[in-house]
Amino acid sequence: MSRYFIDRNAKYLVLVCASTSFIILAAIAIFILKEALPAFQHVGFIHLLFGTTWRPTMGGFGILPMIVGSLAVTLGAMILAIPLGLGCAVLLAEVAPHRIRQFLRPAVEILVGIPSVVYGLVGMLLIVPLIREIGGTGYSVAAGALVLTAMVLPTIISISEDSIRAVPRRYKEGALALGATHWQTIWHVLIPAARSGITAGIILGMGRAIGEAMAMIMVTGNAVQIPNSPLDPTRTLAGGIAVEINYASGLHENALFAIGVVLFILILAINSIAILAIRRGRHAQDVC
Amino acid sequence: MPKMSAKSTQTLAKIFIWGSGFITVLILFLIIGYVLARGLPQLSLSFLFSAPQGGTSGEGGISTAIVSTIYIVMLTIAILIIPGIGAAIYLSEYAKDNWLTRIIRYGVDTLAGVPSIVFGLFGFVIFVTALQFRFSILSGALTLVCLLLPTLIRTSEEAIKAVPRSHREAALALGSTKWQAIWHVVLPAAMPGIATGIILCIGRIVGETACLYVTMGGSSAMPTSLLSGGRTLSLHLFYLATETNAMSKAMATAAVVIIVILVINTIINWLTHRFQARMYGGA
Repeated sequence: MSRYFIDRNAKYLVLVCASTSFIILAAIAIFILKEALPAFQHVGFIHLLFGTTWRPTMGGFGILPMIVGSLAVTLGAMILAIPLGLGCAVLLAEVAPHRIRQFLRPAVEILVGIPSVVYGLVGMLLIVPLIREIGGTGYSVAAGALVLTAMVLPTIISISEDSIRAVPRRYKEGALALGATHWQTIWHVLIPAARSGITAGIILGMGRAIGEAMAMIMVTGNAVQIPNSPLDPTRTLAGGIAVEINYASGLHENALFAIGVVLFILILAINSIAILAIRRGRHAQDVC
Repeated sequence: MPKMSAKSTQTLAKIFIWGSGFITVLILFLIIGYVLARGLPQLSLSFLFSAPQGGTSGEGGISTAIVSTIYIVMLTIAILIIPGIGAAIYLSEYAKDNWLTRIIRYGVDTLAGVPSIVFGLFGFVIFVTALQFRFSILSGALTLVCLLLPTLIRTSEEAIKAVPRSHREAALALGSTKWQAIWHVVLPAAMPGIATGIILCIGRIVGETACLYVTMGGSSAMPTSLLSGGRTLSLHLFYLATETNAMSKAMATAAVVIIVILVINTIINWLTHRFQARMYGGA
């Protein structure tokens, strides 16, 4: 084979490789939707989405409690993780001296690498008993939210830090030259300028929280009900799929795939917003 | 409320900023410290090298889980490497700014955010059921390939882009074709960076559970072929924690997983430093 022949064809070979991601994405959408279709047809889209009873063996296919469960743990985690993550990102990007940064950054990286089952296990053995002291069984929305906080923190920290760092130096110098304190510069100049990147970090963290299955099975108690308080047990969408998929069949299985469709659409929406936010941020910085 | 002076606001804010850094580190130490403190004393050679007894007792060791983990890591990486690095080469060396590239990028970015459990459903329909690989190591590995593709593509693309233009220009000036320049000059130079990406993927495989829970079957027997079921260490940990009362065994397994993750992290840091030193001067 001549080297020119290889050179001509290599391009198409790597193009095929590059297309696999999109093909897989499309295949996931098509096959999960196809498996879910019988559930949508039998139960009806509205009944499935807004029904409040989930008794798959007796024909109850309402997933609203799981939607509420997912949103509750995610919201709880975000309330805690956004200020913490943003604070830590500012520390890394602006405040901490070099030596502390060198120690803190690897710590955040390790936090990313810890498997979700380990988060779940520590949640089961440390956080659940702690919440039991306050009331209930301990397996609760609050436990789920606390575990998720630790899991999404590194996502928010690293993306926010990068975007604060990407703010042009002259912004900071301008603010300081006008007599602003370091904090005023951070709060009124750096964070607003890095806004789109920070938004993207938060949204991606949210995606991670909504999609988490195993750790949520371990700490939320898995009761299919709309929680009335943070101490009530609940079940999330992702957790709900994992709990039942191994023994489900027939319409029950289709209903679990329908949960998958809901989850997939949620994530698709979340990611598209994040991608847009990142692109806008890049654009804004190019213009200035 | 009287308005605070700029100085005292700044002091308060800095307390909050340092506090959040402190809490982050505290979370990390709490998790690692707790798992190691409770898990390490349970570790022994017999725990590592004896088979789990299965059922709900949770007794026995983790030998079959270790073997399953090694199998699935090797198989996944072997399948993943070509499409992953190939895609990275396309995106960094060939892609023009057109609709095709935008679709490819959208695919990579979006696939990266799809939850593990959704990949699990997909693997269940395609690999377990349609292709009849059953609940097996092969089904699990193929599902993981789909899950990890974006990770390897992104890290490899970064590594390839970090190779200076002058490398390519020198090769082309010597009369090489574009592909020869990529294959003999750019890829070797980017190798430490690509290796970092591969090791990152190994770490993800070791920690992944949701998609394997749905595709691997969770058998605790020793795998005999690619088509036998199995459970990785993390999956074993999940079964122990949720289906048995053997919490000390679960902690010991968690300690093993944490040690593997820490080792992987150290290797990644070391490789990253070497790569940066090579690309941006220094060594």
